[in-house]
Amino acid sequence: MYWEPDKECMDREELEQLQLERFQSTLNRVYAHVPFYRKKFDALGIAPEEIGSLSDLARLPFTTKEDVRGNYPYGLFAVPLREVVRIHASSGTTETSSVVGYTRNDIAMWSKLVARVLVAGGVTKDDVVQVSFRYGLFTGGFGLHYGAERLGASVIPASSGNTVRQIQIMKDFKTTALVSTPSYAMLVADTIREMGIPVSALSLKYGLFGGEPWSEKMRQEIQDALGIVATDNYGLSEVIGPGVSGECIERNGLHINEDHFLVEVIDPKTLQPVPPGRTGELVITTLTKEAFPMVRYRTRDLTSLHAGDCPCGRTGRRMSRLAGRTDEMLIIRGMKVSPSKIESLLFEIEGKEPNYRIVIDRKGAMDEVTVLVDANGEPSFGEERRHVGKTVETIRKRLTHELGVAVDVKLVESKTLETADGKPRRVIDHRKL
Amino acid sequence: MLRIKNVESGYGRLKVLKKVSMHIGTGEIVTIIGANGAGKTSLLRTVSGLIPARSGEILFDAKEIGKMPPEKIVFLGCSLVPEGRQLFAPMTVKENILLGAYPQYRQKRGDRVRDDLERVYGLFPRLRERERQLAGTLSGGEQQMLAIARALMARPKLIMMDEPSMGLAPLVIRDIFTIVTRLREEGNTVLLVEQNAKAALAIADRGYVLETGRIIMEGTAEDLLSNREVQRAYLGRDLDSEGTM
Repeated sequence: MYWEPDKECMDREELEQLQLERFQSTLNRVYAHVPFYRKKFDALGIAPEEIGSLSDLARLPFTTKEDVRGNYPYGLFAVPLREVVRIHASSGTTETSSVVGYTRNDIAMWSKLVARVLVAGGVTKDDVVQVSFRYGLFTGGFGLHYGAERLGASVIPASSGNTVRQIQIMKDFKTTALVSTPSYAMLVADTIREMGIPVSALSLKYGLFGGEPWSEKMRQEIQDALGIVATDNYGLSEVIGPGVSGECIERNGLHINEDHFLVEVIDPKTLQPVPPGRTGELVITTLTKEAFPMVRYRTRDLTSLHAGDCPCGRTGRRMSRLAGRTDEMLIIRGMKVSPSKIESLLFEIEGKEPNYRIVIDRKGAMDEVTVLVDANGEPSFGEERRHVGKTVETIRKRLTHELGVAVDVKLVESKTLETADGKPRRVIDHRKL
Repeated sequence: MLRIKNVESGYGRLKVLKKVSMHIGTGEIVTIIGANGAGKTSLLRTVSGLIPARSGEILFDAKEIGKMPPEKIVFLGCSLVPEGRQLFAPMTVKENILLGAYPQYRQKRGDRVRDDLERVYGLFPRLRERERQLAGTLSGGEQQMLAIARALMARPKLIMMDEPSMGLAPLVIRDIFTIVTRLREEGNTVLLVEQNAKAALAIADRGYVLETGRIIMEGTAEDLLSNREVQRAYLGRDLDSEGTM
């Protein structure tokens, strides 16, 4: 089953012609409308009209998360704001998030791409799709929602949280497809078990999961526990949100929507392309976006590219499931959290270089983050304890608020944070991904 | 059917087209919209071989035609209905139509011409009624029909039309565009260059927006119609006055 067979199963040569046309028109537009790109191209002495082939992509400058932040909030928009009908932002605090916009056409295109991913994952218009991604600035909820509606499925905008109620809905509304992060699916599986509901009482058939890396072992557990076919899908807000790529039910790599995105995999150190099949950093250029076009965005996600000879018949290249990140970003419940952000917040609160450790656990299915902070001889007993409790609460609130992810904070004695080699260990990730 | 990559062309020292890439699939109606002077006519003239492509490739049915003389391109099945019709005013309607059959005669297929003429008259009954009239005495709409009829006599696979609606009354424009859709139904592929973007996008499958010799947008007709920039620049919508009290 395909959503747009003429595009998903396109002949390679035809696809490359279309990509070139769209690539050139995108460059003409960003050069004319986005000063950031014009300056960068000018500095390198590249005029859009010199670009005559897809391989010329390598001559263009990269765009990084820092570039997006540096142009906060609207600096990279290629259309006036009045043409923008939707604004989303990536995780992070206000100044550190990427603000992205969509025109009416962008929303229509996005919906189509998500519909493709859903169809590839087994969903049809006869399905009841429960979208348990968080709705809001985050692109996950709305992205999947619009795609599922476009497909014609019955969409339940359940959003995240309140798992017991969600399971009740799943049972009563006869949900056939669950759309969420894989860790949320694990939580659903655990909760069903705790509630004593047999899987046979549910109507689930398919699960489409994304927003965080997850292992084959985790897939197996989810599939067994919920009795579903679980597929992985990928996207990021700087590029569009969900809809960049998704697995078909063969589950052997994510089909990239190559008529809308040019993908490269580079060595994050040398910045040179790696041979097909080798792991490197994924770099994406958008081909059809109007409001927020992106040229060579460094995703920091590690993957590899494979030729499109999939039994399902789709001809686009596939990317392997994510093999991690090039930066130190932690992915907590689908949100990107930077340890250095935590450090700088602690520095702000304490007014001096903090001594700390971030510990991540997966309790059942949920990620739990605990920040251990050096008590610096603060008394841990007696009259003064109230004050200490207040300090902990201040740090906890501030971190939770700024990171957008609930964290637990504990004050510990210095020696707890000591390590055998004297080098601080700032992050301990106990999760088995 | 037609695949163009990085085509550049112009007149003298003036470069009009800058790395233009586009394509048309068999059976499609594709339109190129753009303001006056954007390079739309130059693009059609380049594909027809009337002005040489300085660089890039033009593949018609997988054959490179970039360096071919115009008549060979017509022989291959790619015909142009030029801007301003370019009829021979002192000749009759029928004579003008038969001029279009020149490639058939050249290729010793003169026996087909009678059938082709019947087919064309079937499409344009008005031309049959006036076959003895001088082309110069026809109305604007009839002249446009005559120009299309003449092009069809070469049995083109791809028919390129340059501003067929120019100078015509709205009702006549509708007739002409109905004919374009009919041509497609009969298996033709159409490349339509128009300033009347609204009418063109209404019948096209896809379109390209050409701006100062560069393609700045490619999309389905539906996408282009709902693109605000296209609406403002080419569809004459005054967005500033919309939604205000």
